[in-house]
Amino acid sequence: MDEAEKNRLRWRSRRGLLELDLVFSRFLQHEFDSLSDAEFEIYQDLLLLPDNDLLDLVDGKTESKDERFVPMLARLRSWNNDKKQQ
Amino acid sequence: MAKLAKRTFDAVVVGAGGAGLRAALQLSEAGLKTAVLSKVFPTRSHTVAAQGGVSASLGNSEPDHWHWHMYDTVKGSDWLGDQDAIEFMCRAAPQAVIELEHFGMPFDRNDDGTIYQRPFGGHMSNFGEKPVRRACAAADRTGHAMLHALYQRNVRANTQFFVEWMALDMIRDAEGKVLGVIAMEMETAEIVIFQAKATLFATGGAGRIYYSSTNAFINTGDGLGMAARAGIPLEDMEFWQFHPTGVAGAGVLITEGVRGEGGILRNASGERFMERYAPVAKDLASRDVVSRAMVTEINEGRGCGAGKDHVLLDITHLDPEVIKHRLPGIREISIKFAGVDPIKAPIPVVPTCHYQMGGIPTNYHGEVVVPDGAGNHVVVPGFYAAGEVACASVHGANRLGTNSLLDLLVFGKSAGDSLIKYVKGEVRSMPEIPQSEIDRTLARVDRLNNQTNGVEVNDARLAMQRTMQAHCGVFRFKDMLKQGVEKILEVEKMVQKTQIKDKSKVFNTARIEALELDNLIEVAKATMISAEARTESRGAHVRDDAPDTPATPNGRDDANWLKHTLWHREGNKLEYKPVNLTPLTVETIELKARSY
Repeated sequence: MDEAEKNRLRWRSRRGLLELDLVFSRFLQHEFDSLSDAEFEIYQDLLLLPDNDLLDLVDGKTESKDERFVPMLARLRSWNNDKKQQ
Repeated sequence: MAKLAKRTFDAVVVGAGGAGLRAALQLSEAGLKTAVLSKVFPTRSHTVAAQGGVSASLGNSEPDHWHWHMYDTVKGSDWLGDQDAIEFMCRAAPQAVIELEHFGMPFDRNDDGTIYQRPFGGHMSNFGEKPVRRACAAADRTGHAMLHALYQRNVRANTQFFVEWMALDMIRDAEGKVLGVIAMEMETAEIVIFQAKATLFATGGAGRIYYSSTNAFINTGDGLGMAARAGIPLEDMEFWQFHPTGVAGAGVLITEGVRGEGGILRNASGERFMERYAPVAKDLASRDVVSRAMVTEINEGRGCGAGKDHVLLDITHLDPEVIKHRLPGIREISIKFAGVDPIKAPIPVVPTCHYQMGGIPTNYHGEVVVPDGAGNHVVVPGFYAAGEVACASVHGANRLGTNSLLDLLVFGKSAGDSLIKYVKGEVRSMPEIPQSEIDRTLARVDRLNNQTNGVEVNDARLAMQRTMQAHCGVFRFKDMLKQGVEKILEVEKMVQKTQIKDKSKVFNTARIEALELDNLIEVAKATMISAEARTESRGAHVRDDAPDTPATPNGRDDANWLKHTLWHREGNKLEYKPVNLTPLTVETIELKARSY
């Protein structure tokens, strides 16, 4: 995925809910650049979900029925924790 | 002379949250060719964060009346709200909610099929007598459901959405008439003129001026910045609603229920400081008392952490089973955003900014009104505003819960109706765009693109946020405000020299954030300067040096300060305008001390 496409996803990680902004900004800072092209595709699709559904998934309140999202959500959930912030 | 591509519309709406969508729907359904610009996809606007509901005196569960709702709103506003606008809003509320129901909004329902209503703080029947059920909600997703219903409806009405576009400036002619906006497409960085017969701002609030804020990152006060740069004053910007316990450094709220379950606030030495401020209620004292105590502890050097900038909310003494079962969400939030398991260690908390009561001055028709220099307040031709960006003023010094969603529905619609009347009745032709307006915006963008030896955007933003938090937070001190004015003007100089290393064109988040900061700093200045000048306490503006006397209950000084602030960017000049105490059809709700 080229830099322009990555930048598009960076912007689309800006959400209507502060909680998601906080999780995604950590993910973008620390992990985003190391994603494979296949993972970028999954992340892109995940960003299409409504904010409330996405927050429930990231919080682990719900589980995704889409198998592809499961590993990505696990990574996002790990960034759900402030201790990894420097 | 730079030429820009131009698109023409009957109306351009900036912002696609609840207010923008409600307004755009009105415009499109009236046959106006309408463009809506939004930085993010409409259903991801910050309205999505509204959970509590929308208030309307439907009386579905028990008797209720718009006049009682009006009384609660005036009282909540600490009498700074304009009573004509408040009557207009409360009377329009039932229809606004029923309309939304017809648009497909999935409200919670009673067994008989009517909309279910729940109680909410400050909602009372019979002029403050006893609580009444007035809040209508769609589970805990009211804002989200509202955005969806309105967005779908707009698509059907052929509203043209420009998603991932950022408006940079509004365009005015020599007489002050508003001719549209200049905007940037994020995908290409192309700057385009949106020429329109009329322009409506619904860009939301600017809560990101504070270090601790519940607002999403997109809430950067873009409409306020654009208006200020175009010579429109901002009204009552000293009034911001705060919540006492947000996670320090993150802003996510810790519900007051934690203190209800036995949570204790402690300072750096571990002292339960609320015992000194409220010997009886202690940690369960009211919101403002707790916030004030927390800020006093921090100001007097007893704050926690390296920056001594927060206090601790301790629940480690509670049975872990109680925490897990009664406060499950809180444990999650604390672990996630503070990196602290509250079973083992206390949660760092700080008063946190939530909602902006002030904004672009409008009347209850959603028309922007400004002083004409001769003592009158006149409509700005072709300019409308609704929602959190606007100040109608229905929230006055303090907003009543669930009135924010109501505000955006009612004034989104009324601003839309006023705009339609103007475009159909008064506008004959598409006006010419003055080159000087284009140059003004391009100069600002060029300055940013060419800046060297400047200031990093993050550094300038952090300086602004820390200055606002420390000097103009939930509880305010004369000397701190005075220093704060000097400091924020220093920060402005930093903002004027921001630089970006990445000059790429496609979705350049660094450039967008720098342009957003240009807007935030205008709001920060307006807030600090307006707050420093208002030497009373009223609603959310609470000063240490405003004495509580019989003539000035709780520090509120009606003899001198029952008036709206107007801040002008030019020279940071302040002027004032009277509060409208004359409702449309009923008697004035007379001044009295606000107590619950």
